[in-house]
Amino acid sequence: MGEKIGVYVCHCGSNIAGVVDVAGVAKWAEENLPNVRVARDYKFMCSSLGQEMIEKDIKDLGLTRVVVAACSPHLHEATFRNACKRAGLNPYLFEMVSIREQVSWVTKDKAIATEKAKALIAGGVKRVVYHQPLEPLFVDINPNVLVVGGGIAGIQAALEIADQGSHVYLVEREPSIGGHMAQFDKTFPTLDCAACILTPKMFTAGNHPNITLLTWSEVEKVDGFIGNFTVQIRQKARKVTAEKCTGCGVCEEKCPKKVIDTVFEAGMGTRKAIYTPFPQAVPKYPVIDVENCIYYQRGTCKACEKFCPTGAIDFDQKDEMMTVQVGNVILATGYELFDARRIPQYGYGRLANVVTNLEFERLSNTAGPTNGKIVLRDGVTAPQTVGIIHCVGSRDIKYNVDCSAICCMQSLKFAHLVKEKTGAKVYNFYIDIRTPGKTYDEFYRRILDEGVHFVRGKVAEVTDAPRFPGEEGKLIIQVEDTLAGRQLRVPVDMVVLSAAMQPRVDSKQVGQKFGISCSANGWFIERHPKLDPVATMTEGIFIAGVCQGPKDIPATVSQGAAAAARVLGLIGRKQVTLEPVRASINADQCSGCRICNNLCPFNAITFIEDRAVSDINPALCQGCGTCVSACPAGAITGSHFTNQQIMAQIEGVLLNFGNGHEPAEKLEQVPA
Amino acid sequence: MTEQFEPTIVGFTCNWCSYRAADLAGMSRIKYAPNVRLIRLMCSGRVDPQFVFKALAEGADGVLISGCHPGDCHYVEQNYKTMRRFALLKKTLAALGIEDARVKLVWASAAEGNILAEEIDKMVAEVRALGPLNWKGSEQLTVNSEQSAVGGRSSAVKEMSL
Repeated sequence: MGEKIGVYVCHCGSNIAGVVDVAGVAKWAEENLPNVRVARDYKFMCSSLGQEMIEKDIKDLGLTRVVVAACSPHLHEATFRNACKRAGLNPYLFEMVSIREQVSWVTKDKAIATEKAKALIAGGVKRVVYHQPLEPLFVDINPNVLVVGGGIAGIQAALEIADQGSHVYLVEREPSIGGHMAQFDKTFPTLDCAACILTPKMFTAGNHPNITLLTWSEVEKVDGFIGNFTVQIRQKARKVTAEKCTGCGVCEEKCPKKVIDTVFEAGMGTRKAIYTPFPQAVPKYPVIDVENCIYYQRGTCKACEKFCPTGAIDFDQKDEMMTVQVGNVILATGYELFDARRIPQYGYGRLANVVTNLEFERLSNTAGPTNGKIVLRDGVTAPQTVGIIHCVGSRDIKYNVDCSAICCMQSLKFAHLVKEKTGAKVYNFYIDIRTPGKTYDEFYRRILDEGVHFVRGKVAEVTDAPRFPGEEGKLIIQVEDTLAGRQLRVPVDMVVLSAAMQPRVDSKQVGQKFGISCSANGWFIERHPKLDPVATMTEGIFIAGVCQGPKDIPATVSQGAAAAARVLGLIGRKQVTLEPVRASINADQCSGCRICNNLCPFNAITFIEDRAVSDINPALCQGCGTCVSACPAGAITGSHFTNQQIMAQIEGVLLNFGNGHEPAEKLEQVPA
Repeated sequence: MTEQFEPTIVGFTCNWCSYRAADLAGMSRIKYAPNVRLIRLMCSGRVDPQFVFKALAEGADGVLISGCHPGDCHYVEQNYKTMRRFALLKKTLAALGIEDARVKLVWASAAEGNILAEEIDKMVAEVRALGPLNWKGSEQLTVNSEQSAVGGRSSAVKEMSL
């Protein structure tokens, strides 16, 4: 028995009908294409009336296959699959043909467009005959969640989920959670102190019964799929037993070894070899920096051990591996700062009083190395004039093409802080001022009113070589004021570089570990830039905060909460359905050559030693089909994209155009 | 007046980047050569060389394969496998006397509707200049969908060696 196919050609108002002769195409399909029982055209096929028409035909005419020629399947495939389902037809016995995006919108000539639409529909009609009814896969969702990264995005996500009642493993690379925000002084535009608003959240996260805090830890390996991930985490040896430590801080006080703190203090201050990064660190337990500890270098010292009142120091502690089971993962791995040394003409690293934005934050922070005094590198002199350079390493084709989103506001904030604390003259060198956030532009006006100078132009050079009187002993900023159209040399005492936010150097590897991809710039790619900004193409893996792209704190917090909401939605459903587009191996045909084994990036293919055949785990398989086309024995089938279906579609799209092939009219009915 | 030869090209696109690039070209109303019929696969890694032979044997004058940029594959790294396979395919095609320009691999991200359209225009112009394929081997090579279902891929490969 032949299949009974219904073909539905959509006008999409005039979007398609204005270019393609839709009625003619439908008539042609009904008369010429094999197995077509009925073909209709309709104004809006996706409207409820259009869908009802299809449902009615399925029931009344006993259609066994449906082809809709309309917009892209990415828009309405789900709509029509549901219509089929409602009428009792398996939704996978449906095929969608795009004659809007691929024909009417891209083709000028009406006759040619109509021919192309016919060819594509013929492809769909020939293909759909070989469609097989498929059932979606159901997978249980483990309610535990892994959050990677303990910055504000990760903390927010973890708290939202933990408050709802699910368990969170919060993994952080550094000894404390808090991330970059913990290093900042004031936050724009309200100028409330970062620590004041962040540390309560850190404390709550650290003491939450539903949060297992794993600091000084890294994710080593991720296996599994949505609902069922197995994650291996390396807990680096702190050399301090958490159960015994009270966080009294005596060890830090007694440790004789001072080290420049390049992480938290951004090189502006020192810490000891045993340390907590900052006083409000969560957890409060210190770590021993093995590379700098005198005991590990010379075999003697142990001052910390001697003075520890609870005997918490354990020099023999080893890294520990732990395995956790989670259903979903949120990546909130943040960013790192552009290395300003890469722009040598700005003198960072060579000229003492050129500092980065992060260094300035530490200078200005009351808890920082200078107790909040903005001073030159000598530690005492307050600057008389300060130049702030925007867009250092961002909006620059040599380094990062993207805008770092926060530098303008951050630089305005710096200008305000310098004015407030030192009364110095401040120059801002900008390309464009971008203040699009809520009350951001008001902040800009306020800074203008405070008397900060703004020079529009990309700084060419920062130099300490004087050329004119008055430049001796100063840093001179050479810039073209593009508004006034003249070259300026501005002598200043201190230069602050608003260095760009950059993806983590290992973002590509982290992406690979979790099976998600990075954009060309290195930021993680969201499922949809507008409509699905925190999900990724891999089910069960979500992203939040700056690891997805530069953004400010409010946006980061929103994404943390959004990712949590997405995860909670999945946990609430308890089960998730997966597309049944999967590969499977016919064991009888498999020769056990193992060619497919190495092709799968999801480790879905395993070799069964005793039977000498390969096997595919359908829950791990993502359905790409690479193994299908590689199997020399033809033993692998990729459901919904079988060889038969694609071969038939090739025949279909070439129907009218074959070299001496039979025209469509004379085609025989294709047997089912 | 002589009629200009219009080639027919079959395009295989991945679902995530290149098919979406085609969607975007549509949404941006970019007009490009109507000679290409796109077939959506989940990944460019699904492009079995026999699909290419099948299309050429069925009368296509060229075949376009398009996927995500290297490094951006939705399936992590499968487009690298496409790349490898494509290199081998090119050798086989050359041995069969098929001109280089007839089978092309193009990377187009979901944001590159214009690039896909440009590449299609370029390819159509090149194949138009080459003229119809008139592949001598096409009669033996034709594997219809019913046969391939039974025999897997072996028939196409076997006949190719003739």
